[in-house]
Parts: sequence; C-alpha cells; structure tokens
Amino acid sequence: MSVETLQLVNPVEPFLRMDRIPHIWCPGCGIGTTVNCFARALLESKADLDRVVVVSGIGCSGRVAGYVALDSFHTTHGRAIPFATGLKLANPSLSVVVYSGDGDLAAIGGNHLIHAARRNIDIKVICINNFIYAMTGGQSGPTTPLTAVTTTMPYGAYEPVFNLPYLADAAGAVYVARWTTFHVRQLTRAMGEILHKKGFCFIEVLSPCPTLYERRNKLGEALDTMLYYKASSKVRHGAPTSEVALSKKGEIIVGKFVDRQRPDYLELMKNQMASQLGGKYVDTGCLTCS
Amino acid sequence: MHADPRGVLTGVHFIDGDQACCEGALAAGARFAAGYPITPSTEVVERFAARIPTVGGVFIQMEDELAASITILGAVWGGAKAFTVTSGPGFSLMMEHIGYAAMTETPCVFVNVQRGGPSTGLPTLPAQGDMMQARWGSHGDYSIIALSPNSPQECFDLTIHAFNLAEQYRTPVMFMMDEVVGHMTEKVVIPPADQIAIYPRRHAQQPAGAYQPFLPGPDLVPPMVHAGEGFRIHITGLTHDERGYPAMNPEVQDRLVRRLKDKVERAADQLVLCEEENLEDASVVVVSYGITSRVAQRAIDLARAEGLKVGKLRLIIVWPFPEKRIRELASKVKAFVVPELNLGQMVREVERAAAGAAKTISVPHAGGTVHRPEDILAAIREVGR
Repeated sequence: MSVETLQLVNPVEPFLRMDRIPHIWCPGCGIGTTVNCFARALLESKADLDRVVVVSGIGCSGRVAGYVALDSFHTTHGRAIPFATGLKLANPSLSVVVYSGDGDLAAIGGNHLIHAARRNIDIKVICINNFIYAMTGGQSGPTTPLTAVTTTMPYGAYEPVFNLPYLADAAGAVYVARWTTFHVRQLTRAMGEILHKKGFCFIEVLSPCPTLYERRNKLGEALDTMLYYKASSKVRHGAPTSEVALSKKGEIIVGKFVDRQRPDYLELMKNQMASQLGGKYVDTGCLTCS
Repeated sequence: MHADPRGVLTGVHFIDGDQACCEGALAAGARFAAGYPITPSTEVVERFAARIPTVGGVFIQMEDELAASITILGAVWGGAKAFTVTSGPGFSLMMEHIGYAAMTETPCVFVNVQRGGPSTGLPTLPAQGDMMQARWGSHGDYSIIALSPNSPQECFDLTIHAFNLAEQYRTPVMFMMDEVVGHMTEKVVIPPADQIAIYPRRHAQQPAGAYQPFLPGPDLVPPMVHAGEGFRIHITGLTHDERGYPAMNPEVQDRLVRRLKDKVERAADQLVLCEEENLEDASVVVVSYGITSRVAQRAIDLARAEGLKVGKLRLIIVWPFPEKRIRELASKVKAFVVPELNLGQMVREVERAAAGAAKTISVPHAGGTVHRPEDILAAIREVGR
C-alpha cells in the first residue's frame, strides 16, 4: 500500500524568505496581509523577480525587506526613498519598491517623499499607515488621528494630521491610491498596477496595530478594525485628494485617486542633456562598474 | 586594472583642489555623485555635474545631506562607483550613513572640504576640525580610512587612491581636504588612463546558491554582488550574520563588529602613507597634514637654517593612524611638534603612540586662516634647544 503525502505549499512561499519565518509582527497586525497582497501582485505581474528590489526604512513596516525573497535593503530611518533613488538611477532596469511605514515615510522621511514625487523618480512607494510608531511602543506621528491616545500624547493627539494622498498628489506623484488591509483584492490589483506604471507611485494602506493603537484607543481587536474598515470605507476612484482626509472613527475614502502620465526623472534628464549636448551626451543606462 | 579612459582628462591642467578632486573621482571610475550645496566644497560637484553627461553617468543634487549620503549607497548597490562631497555642517548630517556604509560594507567616498566650525562657523575659511569626527563620528565601533591631501595634484592622485581603498576594504573612505587646498590653484598633471591603477570591485565568483553576502575572505573582506544579479541578497544596518540576516545576539555582534574594525586595523601597516624628510638625524619631528604641512615646511626650513635638527613627518593616510611609525620615532627623538588647524585633535594620537617616550607639543589654531610659520618655529625652538 502506498501512502501519498499531500504537500501543501502556500503560493506566496516562493516570494518569502521562509528561513526567516516566523516573523516579528503581532497577531492581528496588518503588515503581513499587505505582504501577502504584494507577493500575489508579483505572482500575477509575471515580473522578473531577479530585477525587483524592495527597500525599507525602519519600523515594523521596515521589516518587510527582511522577509521578501528578493534583493532587499533595510536602510536607515526615513531614508528608504533616497537609497531607492540611487539604486534606480544607477540601474534603471531594476523595479524598485519602497515598502515602509507612515512615521518612516511621512515624518523623518517626509522631505524625501515630497522631493522624490516632485522629481518623479521611477520608484513605487507602499506606505503602511497604522497611525502610530509601533516598533518603539506606540508614539504619535504625523498621521495620528486627532484625540487618539498615544504614549507621547497620553491626553489625546492635538496636532493637525497629514492627509498622505493629498501630500503625494500635490508633490507630483503619477499614481496615488489608498486601500485598507480589508481590501486585499483591490490592494493586490493596485500593487500590480504600480509595478507596470512608470514614475513615482504611492499607495497608502491602512493597517491595524491592535497591540498599540486600537487597544489603547478602545477601538477593539483586530477583527473589530476589519469590521470598521468594511463598514466605513467608501470607494471613490478619482476623488479629489483634498477630500480624503482621515479621522479616528470616521469615513475612510479608498480608491485610486490619481493616475496620470508625466515624464520621469531620467527621461527629463536625458532629454535636457541631449538637447543641450547633442552627440556629446553619453547615455549610459546602467552604471555598473567593473 | 587600468582606468577607463572616458573619465580621464589626460594632460597638464591649472585647476584648484576641488576640481582636481572631481577629476580624480572621474578617473577612479566614479559615475554617480549626489550632493547638496555647501561652501567650500561645492565646486567638486559643480564640475562633476558639468563633466558627467559627456562621460556617462549621473549627478543628482538632493534635498539635503542626509539624502545625498544614502543616495550614493543605493547607487553603489545598484552597481556604480559613487561619492558625495560636503563640508562641516553637511558632514555632521552624513554621520548616520557613514555608519550604515561601514555596517553594510558599502565601498564609497565621502569628500569633506573642511571649514571652520563648530556649527555654521566659518563657511569660506579653512580648518582641520573634523579629523576626529571622520574617525569617530558615527555611533558604535567601526574602522575608517581617511586621507588628507596638501595640494591640487594630491587632490587628484589621492582621490583615486581613496576610491581604490574603498573597493579593496569595502569601507567608506573619508577624503579630508580643507578650504585652502580646495581653493588653491596649481599645476595638476593627469596621466594617461593606462598609467592609472584601479582596484576593481570585489565581485563574488560563487553562484547565487553558494554565496553569503557577509562571509569574509582571509583578509576579512567579503566579496560583493549588486542588486539585480539574481543573488536575492538582504542588506541591513541591523547586526547581521554571514547570510546578511538580522541576528540580535552578543555573539554575532562581537564577530561582526570586531571584523569591521579588524579588516582595516590589521591592514594598518600596509595602509601607512607618510611623507618623511630628514628623520635620520632629527631630534624634533614636525607631524602635520593637509595645508598645515605646507606652512610647517617653512618653519622646518627656518629651523634647519638655524642648525636645529628637525625632521618632517606628513600624514597622508591619517586613519588608520601610523601608530607604529610614531612609536619607532619616539624612541629616537626628543619631541614631536604637531601643528593643526584645530585646538588639538591628531596630536592626541601622536601623544598616545609616543607613550611618553618623546615629548609631544601641540601647536593649535582655531582656523580661519593658516598658522604663521613663526608660531610653529617657536614650538620647534622651545623643544629643539
């Protein structure tokens, strides 16, 4: 009698460094869900995985780089975007994805976010927004909703909040979308879209931090956050980004807000150099040294 | 291997140190620079911005020095040879990425055309106040290589050397100019490309499956690969094992940090680069570097004319410090005289290496101009008589 063993392999396993699992994320955290979406987007995109690079900053979301089975760089706090800029300009054949958190990208790295969008550097930014600094224990950030309690605003947040899609849009991003970890299909589709879209693309993903944000703010467990995302999200593709600001318990406008074309940094640079230098301009492409 | 002739402006030039540094970088094979404007260093990247489109490469002016100093690291992992250029305030902002480059063993060059500090200090005037910062500025333990040119010709020659050392040891290299050397115009001879030796990137020879990004060779330096080559590397500033994976334990920390330190410090003897003169009969040795060495030369000449037995030791590679050479000399001479455009930085190293075997006299200067040779001469006379 022969015994057949059923080998169950999750289809996203080839995209993960399985020798690093289990990961560090808490039960109920949404970051893993987004990584699942990203892996499926890569699977569906048929991208050459040897040429997809993930660059992260610091924080819980910054740990994504360590779990994807791709060339991946875990850089310094806030500086994933300028690192990615150097990587992309030195080797334009790479598909460069910046995967990091709201504090990393919008606070300490906020300057780089707006300038990379302005320059239209051909990189894809996936910003996991859990409304707080989670790795360090739940401090306030520029996305913390008004009145939310954090360790550094124990009596409730009172600073005005960044509306990240509005910021990315105003700075010049060619693709701006927002989804939540409830919207796994839409998020997967959006991630697939930006892998094929030239220019600076920005996706904000709302993601629960049950340990440090929801619990402390009496917003329930991870499942309650999912139910909130489900009940309060309204899909409004093309919504003016000025109208998609978030609040602690209010409506969440999701969708693809911006999808436009404009020449990216290298195209602008090459056109200008060629127009001024003519035949003297050396267009090298990849700068790999020997 | 030899330099790529496309980057080499062979000929005799009359240019300043900043421009010569740029030509050195191009000759060394740098095809990527990121910078942020700051006096008195900006001419280096201005020239690079003008030259690179006809050589083939990219210059990008970033939004600040934090960005510039990590954009170059991204470019290196993308395959390029890359550098950034700054002065004091920008150098302070770059410290975190010097540490990241040391930790991730990213070969790159940081040029610092030093000006008076602290803070905004003297933007247009010289100092040598960042010498200890170059060695110790980023947090944690690591080693560093730093060079100090004293002429535009050396700005060219030693920039190439800086890139070569960065590749050989896979470490960030500090190129410590100063405002006077940066803005001094002199003859610079750029040789033909086939007379310029280039240390190639230490690319891994193993196939992807067998390669571990931080498994070192016998010289403690691991071979490197670039993103996009199919190796699926993970690079982190966290303490990491040979696979590049984060490892939060004291054993891996000890192994990694000791290696980062030892790969340069064990090579310290090979790395010594000093200019020596009249040390055979010297009873006093003037130890100097950068622009101060040229002022000190006048003091040495005057002292020798007075019959004082004075020798010269000029530090060209400043870090690692030529400790052994100073120790040897300390057993033979009466004293070291150490003029520098700061209130006493490298003199502490001289004193430490001399370990009491010879006297060490500091000739400090807060910067803003160079020493008066008479002040150095006075110190020589004081110990030489």
